[in-house]
Amino acid sequence: MKYIVAIIQPDRLDDVLDALEEKAIHLVTVSNVMGRGRQKGISEVYRSHHEANNLLKKVKVEAAVNEEFVQSTVEAIQKSARTGNIGDGKIFVLDLGQVIRIRTGETGRLAIG
Amino acid sequence: MRCLSRLPSFVPKEGSLLFKRSFVPFVRSLSIGFLFFLITQPAHAEDAHSLISAGDTAWVLVSAALVLMMTPALAFFYGGLVRRKNMLSVLMQCFAVMGLITIQWVFIGYSLAFGPSIGGLIGHLDWVGLAGVGLNPSAYAPTIPHQAFMIYQCMFAIITPGLILGAFAERMKFSSYVIFSLLWSTLVYDPVAHWVWGSGGFIRSWGALDFAGGAVVHVNAGMAALAAALVLGKRRGFPQRVSPPHNLPFAVLGAGLLWFGWFGFNGGSALGAGALAVTAFVSTHIAAATAGLVWAGLDWAVNKHVTMLGSITGAVAGLVAITPAAGYVTPLGAVTLGTSAAVICFVSVMYVKVKLGYDDTLDAFGVHGVGGVWGAVATGLLATTTVNAAGANGLFHGNVGLLWVQIKAVVVTGGYSFVMSYGLLKLVDKIIGLRVTETEERIGLDLTQHREAAYTVID
Repeated sequence: MKYIVAIIQPDRLDDVLDALEEKAIHLVTVSNVMGRGRQKGISEVYRSHHEANNLLKKVKVEAAVNEEFVQSTVEAIQKSARTGNIGDGKIFVLDLGQVIRIRTGETGRLAIG
Repeated sequence: MRCLSRLPSFVPKEGSLLFKRSFVPFVRSLSIGFLFFLITQPAHAEDAHSLISAGDTAWVLVSAALVLMMTPALAFFYGGLVRRKNMLSVLMQCFAVMGLITIQWVFIGYSLAFGPSIGGLIGHLDWVGLAGVGLNPSAYAPTIPHQAFMIYQCMFAIITPGLILGAFAERMKFSSYVIFSLLWSTLVYDPVAHWVWGSGGFIRSWGALDFAGGAVVHVNAGMAALAAALVLGKRRGFPQRVSPPHNLPFAVLGAGLLWFGWFGFNGGSALGAGALAVTAFVSTHIAAATAGLVWAGLDWAVNKHVTMLGSITGAVAGLVAITPAAGYVTPLGAVTLGTSAAVICFVSVMYVKVKLGYDDTLDAFGVHGVGGVWGAVATGLLATTTVNAAGANGLFHGNVGLLWVQIKAVVVTGGYSFVMSYGLLKLVDKIIGLRVTETEERIGLDLTQHREAAYTVID
């Protein structure tokens, strides 16, 4: 079992979610994050206060998948999130030790379902 | 006879015993009593009441309401500019003075500020508890009840200590703020108001013109703000590690309501609903609009982008500067004033503050202090008797004298305010301490001073 964490451009979220739906990955967690990569930030001005901001708004999409789905999920995300510019983000694939469905107590492959 | 049956059951019917024995005598004695009442009305009370203008009274009451609204407006203007963890502390400080200063005003403030003068320096305590402040007109405003004038002035007394908090936002203890505000109101605001506006006040006797509070409100609060910034010191992490405004939309809302309320602040200072109120209203609006645009233009030139914060700050700077001048200048004079105020305050906020390094958190001195000083001095340049015969001519209309008087007024009120505020702050610091601890500052004032959170993160 693997846990996939993707940091993407905020405006790509809808396309990424649609692509995951197509691959039958229905269970995802989405959150707003701030992040920085090689993309330069946009500086802000508030009267005499200058924010040399290098954190940018991004969206994090997380999903637990079974081993055999990792490849197709990663491809789906990459295809739908890609714009070709610096700042498109990254996908991390983590090892997942255990999954438990809270309502039923199911574990492992069944819980990922 | 049919209509009688539609009367309520307790009204005695004609012809009944109850009617003959109680109701008729009752009505008879009421009528006699009423006629007696009319005849014995003292003549002077009738004369005084006949001087009262409904229009003037209505306008002053509405203006008082508008000025009161400026305090919560200020709360949101300032509040939007601080960090989320300190939002409530700003709102709380503004709401606190709405209660505190009202009571102070009733019990002593109004008497000190506007009561019969002792040597031109302070008002007598004759009017403590508003004794003698009734519904007949006063010499201050002969066409409105005295209490209307009193309550209108009350709103000015309320907002002035609120302005100061811009300098020490995010680091002052609430208890110290309460004590300082009460002391400041009594020992700084009330005397200064007396000098400039009180009957017999010595700055008023000089012929200084302050239509709605350039010196009394803005220079006064502005210099106190500077003193506070110096006494309380910089916030943790200033200037490299301070946060941007947490809610600029709130600041915009606050600024919009301030602009709206300012029509009462300046327009109502005419103390009547006539030509002078119109002059003040018109010049107020023109100055705000001009200053907002000019600041936006400066933003564009210097920062390459027109900013929301810059635009609203500009408008407020224009409003501050027109405050002493509103009833004395022409519409084009208001344009000049708005333009110059925006430029001067822009330089003050963007360069002078940065260069000198003091932490005037929300630019209370930079906008209200500097803007107020400029407005009062500019009144000495731009005032013209063609607009207000009861005013005077300024330098641009051939009279040097007024400019000199205005400068003197600014120096005296500003100097007094700075020195007294500095002293009062040091005093309160000695007694209970002014500043929150470093840990409290890091956690935030809302939780540490009020045990409340303005916004939930997780419901």
